[in-house]
Amino acid sequence: MPRLSADQRHIVRFTLNGRAIEGQAEPRMLLTDFLRHELGFTGTHVGCEHGVCGACTIEINGVPARACLTLAVQADGANIRTVEGLAPAQGQLSVLQEAFRRHHALQCGFCTAGILMSLDNYLRKEPDPSENDLREFLSGHICRCTGYVPIVAAAMDAARRLREASSDV
Amino acid sequence: MKPARFDYIRAVDVAEAHAALAEFGNDARVLAGGQTLMPMLSMRLVRPKAVIDIMHVPTLRGIDVGGSDIRVGAGVRQAELLAWPALGEALPLLKAALPWVGHAQTRSRGTVCGSVAHADPSAEIPLCLLALDASIELSSRRGRRRVKAADFFTGMMTTARAENELIEAVHIPKMQQGAGYAFREFGRRHGDFAIVACAAIVTGTNVRFAVGGVADTPALRDFGAVDDTALADALDAFAWDLDARDDLHATARYRRELVRQMGRAVIEEARRCRG
Repeated sequence: MPRLSADQRHIVRFTLNGRAIEGQAEPRMLLTDFLRHELGFTGTHVGCEHGVCGACTIEINGVPARACLTLAVQADGANIRTVEGLAPAQGQLSVLQEAFRRHHALQCGFCTAGILMSLDNYLRKEPDPSENDLREFLSGHICRCTGYVPIVAAAMDAARRLREASSDV
Repeated sequence: MKPARFDYIRAVDVAEAHAALAEFGNDARVLAGGQTLMPMLSMRLVRPKAVIDIMHVPTLRGIDVGGSDIRVGAGVRQAELLAWPALGEALPLLKAALPWVGHAQTRSRGTVCGSVAHADPSAEIPLCLLALDASIELSSRRGRRRVKAADFFTGMMTTARAENELIEAVHIPKMQQGAGYAFREFGRRHGDFAIVACAAIVTGTNVRFAVGGVADTPALRDFGAVDDTALADALDAFAWDLDARDDLHATARYRRELVRQMGRAVIEEARRCRG
């Protein structure tokens, strides 16, 4: 059985935003630190580091998850998306990101990457959420600036625009 | 806030997990979804020599329907059970309770059995297992046994699991015909730890009521076939017997009052669900 010793660094490979990446991690290294320090993807933020605040939320194998509650070695072979993968092209924001800008859904921005990753996943599964469901879903994130009202408004607006875009096709 | 060093062992079958547990005993921790173990590691509340990842064991990933119960394997995530199409018919209490377990962003990774292993006194899944007379399947190199939930949760975050044992599955009895099930929870924010959580199962001859978040383990009482006046007295007596304590989140008196009020409401809801 694969057994990775505590005091050595081990090769970790996974798909990050559609591209194969590789780095080295001790077994105890958190995925947050691996993304930020080993790979240089600092878009994923580290808040509470015990799963409560939601700032480090990313997508692991198609579901939103806390990067701080995941070991880098657990992610070996996984398909991972981070906030760096949201924008469709250089200099262009996604519909959700654009809605956040329009509605001033961030102030300091520390929680934003996690919330964007959660909502991006949620709106694909629930294209027409009620405001209540959306607020319950957002309970997995802490924002200390906005009071959540503009975040909810941005998400509802993005959901509407995404629905319209998909019905145009 | 970084874990201390440990060896990482990726078990690919149950025998490998058993071997690692036999080797390390209490110096090992089993890692499934990681939603409770990872914070414990990061805060260094536990410092195991080895972490045994069981999520690559295919035989632990199933939800199996038996004659009288549902077997949920150790690798089944909370979100997977919640999305299981037969959940409402087979396990209505779990269908009501699972949305209260953490947040969508943690249920996506956290497992049903992980919550059982952690045995937090305010956790919803242990409460439901107690109310439903579920049992926990433990296995090791030496054999296999089943322990009833009532005997498994022995104290705050302590269980009857021996140090060489793996929680391989839980067996949850299917819905009884003619019984009504309901679940309610009070916390400061949806997804926070419950200040009081309660479950009720009502049949023609019995009102069963279970409470979490008040004592060191979830607690259960069968009230028999009570009328409304007797129910109020029974809830009051139960609330006092729970040995509630003051903490940062609520006073003991407040918790007792929640048991009385939410108890009545959840039992009424279960009665209505009998249909």
